[in-house]
Amino acid sequence: MKTDQLIEALTADLDVKPAPVARALTLAIAASLPIATIMLVFLLRVRPDVLSGFSDPRFAFKFVFTLTTAAAALWLALRVSRPGKTAGPALAGLVISALLLAAAVSLELIALPAASWFPAMLGDRALACAVLIPTLAAAPLAALLYAMKSGAPDSPRLAGAAAGLLAGAIGATLYATHCTNDSPLFVAIWYVLGIAVVTTIGSVIGSRVLRW
Amino acid sequence: MNDREREWADQMRAGMAGDAAAYRTVLKSLTAFLRMEVRRGFSRYGYGQSDVEDVVQESLLAIHLKRETWRTSEPITPWVRAIARNKLIDSLRRGGRRINVPIDDVIDVLPAAEPTEHLNERDAEQILSKLNGRQREIVQSISINGDSIRQTATRFDISEGAVRVALHRGLAALAKAYRTNDHED
Repeated sequence: MKTDQLIEALTADLDVKPAPVARALTLAIAASLPIATIMLVFLLRVRPDVLSGFSDPRFAFKFVFTLTTAAAALWLALRVSRPGKTAGPALAGLVISALLLAAAVSLELIALPAASWFPAMLGDRALACAVLIPTLAAAPLAALLYAMKSGAPDSPRLAGAAAGLLAGAIGATLYATHCTNDSPLFVAIWYVLGIAVVTTIGSVIGSRVLRW
Repeated sequence: MNDREREWADQMRAGMAGDAAAYRTVLKSLTAFLRMEVRRGFSRYGYGQSDVEDVVQESLLAIHLKRETWRTSEPITPWVRAIARNKLIDSLRRGGRRINVPIDDVIDVLPAAEPTEHLNERDAEQILSKLNGRQREIVQSISINGDSIRQTATRFDISEGAVRVALHRGLAALAKAYRTNDHED
């Protein structure tokens, strides 16, 4: 096949429009969120005080952190799925999310007597958090990685990590409605660990399936 | 430079809006640019030029299949260059796997470094042979025979929609075949 002949075939295929990454990611979230929510409701159960809980700044902060992280991850995923684009300015979102967490941790260290630091950090069922966030994130991760195949990332590994970070942040947001540990000290260790696990899984799978 | 950029961007936007003539024109202009970029890349890494046309075709396929990753408000040249660079690196990596080829074989190959149409054609036929039966026939019909979608539909006695689907899947499969083609055969 000569290159001119290939161009004829490509031109003939112009009517089939590829999905933009943004739309593919939106569909992936729309499709996987119900699955993750069903898992949350039937496997874990939502805290009974979930609606009144928002008056507690510690509880509310969990969502500030997970949703900021999700937004930053979405920005990152959209950016690095374009050829020639590095993480660049999208890293600013992650820095903001990390700074928010650092600020919350500092306030908590001031608010709590030193003797309460460790109990607050360990909470109860700490490891469950690091396991259940990836569990809730599984369906979003699969859908988001599939959606990222619409992209053309310079680094499939980084693109997979961004999808993993987004899935992890979604899983953590859902998990936060179940988990009764609200201290930023707990969030900074166990939520971050759970999200990091999903990010790592995303980067490993991404490096294999997101080549284009 | 700026004129070229504006022309390509305008034509690509028109193409993405459905203007086939503009799309064909911009792909042809980009082909010349890609050849230049890929040749330069191969010589920078001290490689022969025998795979240039493969990488050009792979880049064109990627430009087509991934055209939605170009943000139409941004310059198109860096986007095209980034795609070519990715495909060039992939090709060099695949080349790296051939490192244990006996040196005598390499010496036989070296004088043929300047690509000829004939060689390219043979390589591409090899790639086409990796598609499954119907997809290969339809891609061949439209590319090599130069038939339209309608003519192809009539010839194979299937709907035009079925031809479009098979063509699209065939092109995606072709991109995948290039990606996994490590020249070990």
